[in-house]
Amino acid sequence: MTTRNQSSCDESEMELFSYLLRLGDNALILGQQLGASVGKGPELEEEMALANFALDYIGQARLFFGLAAEIEGKGRNEDDLAFLRDGIDFTNVLLVEQPNGDFAQTIARQFFFESFYLLQLRALRHSENSKLAEIAAKAGKEIQYHLRHTQQWLVRLGDGTVESHRRMQAGVDRLWQYTGELFEIDDLDRWAIDAGIGADLAEIRQTWLAEIKSAFVEATLEMPAGEWMAGGGKQGRHSEHLGYLLADLQFLQRAYPGAAW
Amino acid sequence: MIRQDWPLFEIFIRAKSGLSHRHVGSLHASDSAMAIDHARDLYTRRGEGVSIWAVESKSIAASDPAESSALFEPAEDKIYRHPTFYEVPDGVENL
Repeated sequence: MTTRNQSSCDESEMELFSYLLRLGDNALILGQQLGASVGKGPELEEEMALANFALDYIGQARLFFGLAAEIEGKGRNEDDLAFLRDGIDFTNVLLVEQPNGDFAQTIARQFFFESFYLLQLRALRHSENSKLAEIAAKAGKEIQYHLRHTQQWLVRLGDGTVESHRRMQAGVDRLWQYTGELFEIDDLDRWAIDAGIGADLAEIRQTWLAEIKSAFVEATLEMPAGEWMAGGGKQGRHSEHLGYLLADLQFLQRAYPGAAW
Repeated sequence: MIRQDWPLFEIFIRAKSGLSHRHVGSLHASDSAMAIDHARDLYTRRGEGVSIWAVESKSIAASDPAESSALFEPAEDKIYRHPTFYEVPDGVENL
């Protein structure tokens, strides 16, 4: 638990709850989106890899939601947080709700997010909140492997055939506009940074840019040039894709409340 | 669309330090780095190993089953090649 004094406890617990929700929402939504690629993988082996990654994300979401629910202390559990909130209550970044598209677009999304997320988790390992730090350490090992896998694909496709290069470039160009939000610092991020709980996104951004650039050079891809960046996901303003995704995700618990295996 | 099948790789997993790698199966991959990744995802999901080897199947030279009688049967009646004719001195434990 946190080491801060009790007087500011209630307010800071709300902040911590919201911060954990963001982390959990990113993991849940990306896990669900990746799960939709099952049955459509380019090869059996690759499909298995993507399904493993999806399950890793769902597992991480459970840890973040579990801790969030415990801190909230209102009797909600991880399932309530995943299945019984509406789109406007989800605070994931827009990038993770973007559709799988073709395989190159899936790889572009995974690469952009995971290269960011790994840095975020590494910073969170030093969080003042020891439980969050433990989750970050565990998740970091999984994401380190995801990124290795994804980056290999980025290079393989980018530095592959004319067609694979064209698709990979189109994928990163299309999703570039969603990368700005990853590093946007709003009031909640500011609180988390000041409290020593969260990751300093400005610091991460420099490392991220350098890593992205070197990966793009290896993959013979052009860095996307667009400067306009989409935002709003962290505040609950989402693209149209989230609604469809949540309908799939939440249907069962909405139609049959409390249904269990 | 041009479709070329990925080459086949044979996968060997070492279950824990000290043991040798054992053949566990095969898979398709475009290159050896991908073969290691796929082997990790297919064959070590339940904590089966600490090390992976991947070898392209075409790199493995194999004996011809049709020649097995010439290759292996001559050894069958040469029991003197088994180290069973020695008397083990008392007190030797790790032989």
